[in-house]
Amino acid sequence: MEIEVNGQKAYAYTGGKTFDPKLPAVLFIHGGEQDHSVWGLQSRYLAHHGCGVLAVDLPGHGRSGGAALARIAEMADWIVAVLDWAGVRTAALVGHSMGSLVAFECAARYPQRINRIALLAFAYPMRVSRELLQATKDDEPAAHAMINAWSHSAYAHYPSNPGPGFWVRGENLRLMQRQKPGVVHADFTACNDYGGGRERAARIKCPTLFLLAERDAMTPARGAQDIARSIPGAKTVTLKGCGHNLMAEKPDEVLDLLAEFLR
Amino acid sequence: MAAPRTLQFDTLSLHAGQRPDPVTGARATPIYFTTSFVFRDSDHAAALFNMERAGHVYSRISNPTNAVLEERVAALEGGVAAIATASGQAALHLGLATIAGAGSHIVSSSALYGGSHNLLSYTLPRFGIETTFVSARDLGAWKSAIRPNTKVLFAETLGNPGIDVLDIPGVAAIAHEHGIPLMVDATFTTPWLLKPFEHGADLLFHSATKFLGGHGVAIGGVLVDGGTFDWEASGKFPELTEPYAGFHGMNFSEESTVAPFALRARREGLRDFGACMSPATAFQILQGIETLPLRMQRHVENTRKVVEFLVKHPAIAGVSYPELPDHPDHALAKKLLPRGCGAVFTFELKGDRAAGRRFVEALRIFSHLANVGDAKSLVIHPASTTHFRMDSSALAAAGIAEGTMRLSIGLEDPDDLIEDLGRGLRAAQES
Repeated sequence: MEIEVNGQKAYAYTGGKTFDPKLPAVLFIHGGEQDHSVWGLQSRYLAHHGCGVLAVDLPGHGRSGGAALARIAEMADWIVAVLDWAGVRTAALVGHSMGSLVAFECAARYPQRINRIALLAFAYPMRVSRELLQATKDDEPAAHAMINAWSHSAYAHYPSNPGPGFWVRGENLRLMQRQKPGVVHADFTACNDYGGGRERAARIKCPTLFLLAERDAMTPARGAQDIARSIPGAKTVTLKGCGHNLMAEKPDEVLDLLAEFLR
Repeated sequence: MAAPRTLQFDTLSLHAGQRPDPVTGARATPIYFTTSFVFRDSDHAAALFNMERAGHVYSRISNPTNAVLEERVAALEGGVAAIATASGQAALHLGLATIAGAGSHIVSSSALYGGSHNLLSYTLPRFGIETTFVSARDLGAWKSAIRPNTKVLFAETLGNPGIDVLDIPGVAAIAHEHGIPLMVDATFTTPWLLKPFEHGADLLFHSATKFLGGHGVAIGGVLVDGGTFDWEASGKFPELTEPYAGFHGMNFSEESTVAPFALRARREGLRDFGACMSPATAFQILQGIETLPLRMQRHVENTRKVVEFLVKHPAIAGVSYPELPDHPDHALAKKLLPRGCGAVFTFELKGDRAAGRRFVEALRIFSHLANVGDAKSLVIHPASTTHFRMDSSALAAAGIAEGTMRLSIGLEDPDDLIEDLGRGLRAAQES
């Protein structure tokens, strides 16, 4: 559905159901150079199983207007503005990669608004290699090729995403190509520059799930260990044989873990 | 950190979409001969039907063997998704029917396979879909034929019968100026010779019966979504951008930003039209694709040798092959088809229909039949077969002369092919 946040038109997918703010709210936050459609095989199920789902397109991404936000903290503020617009007092956040930093920051900044966070492919610090960061600025096709190669563990997926017959790597590449010029550099710079993670972790009191991928070459699973240990009660699950694009590579496993965590 | 290598075409031909079976360890793609798939429980069943989870329900909609073929072709073409169909014609129909309906209009190249021409000229008008035919080479004609209700531009990458090379960048630019996609029949080129999506096409299909299979044992088609066309921005395709009552009010472009076309084509088109591929056929076509790069290279090498022989032969009035300097699309072919112009071409035999019959009947290696893209060399004489009801003037209007022969060059020893053709040409010259 179309939403309006801070005077700017934006978009949130509601899982094929009309959004009901009275239901337990779950807000999905995509990663860099992507949009809401990466959550198709998780968000639609939850929307049909008792949750009020908002899978947003961050500003400047997908169908949302405006420019991409430069800092993770700004994105966290924007997420809370979405909750305000939707009339939601508290919500669970599910974020992937850059989106996991946004969910993490949001839970630290607004503990009264966020009741649990699921952090997929989280790493702190989320450093971006110099070559990739440079490519995001100077040569977006080269950056897309690197991201696509490092985001996947295999050349075959069962039964593929969002369904049989889809070529996951091709789909991910096209999705990146659909984003506006400059978005990938803004996103990856925001990830690279994000700091203060340990201080933020100390402020997080809500149930936290780290959902990591064994073969993640973008944000290796070991990059979450320090922060995961510092959050009391945080649960960590590492999906075997899975790459960074874990919502597409292991859609059922991710959904089942999220459904259990959000129950 | 060094830039990563990605798998190249030859490797994708063998591996894309498939890995050893996780349960049995089978290295080859298993043939899943089953109509249906067991649900884990009723919630799983409901979730599969409502596209909340991915998986197989019924083999008319999807099947694990077919999915390997679909992903492999999508990978080789650089697309986002593919759908295996009962034939190439079924793929063409599925592609058109997904975005066109009663009141829609299509602009098509007139240089088409006869079956495609029949569908557009005679059959689709019965369902309210009209087509305007234009010369593929006339960009102005493409442009002026577009109407407000035009839904797609359509052509073959190498058109029948003169092997016209489609100016994909030029026609795609016209399509996109008007907010409509370009769909191409890429059967004659295969992704080894040409990747239409890299040049601006948005949708494509193959008669997989031909070069993809290569063995001539299976009829099948594959429709591929390039994921490049922005259906939302176009505003002309409510089928993809507005809720569809036929699938729980689903808005396909909200579900998939890049592939709403493929979603609807499968969820509506395979479900309702039902022109699906058998998993046995998918397996057979996969066997062909494993050797596609090797075969295409040999097809092109053999074709060049045969063309060189025919061009010099005194019984030949002309050869239409885009690698020849006198072909009208020679310059375009050099740009779009650097690996070669395929293995199908026509030539003009001096003499009348009877000379054509004598030529065909004298051949011993070339098989006289209505197909192309086989590992074995094939020949057909349109004036005495596919177009035998036409008089000379009607043939000329279709771009066919009484002595026109179409060859599909196979993988035999090229000297054997040349000897066989020489035998036929001698017979043709006998009065």
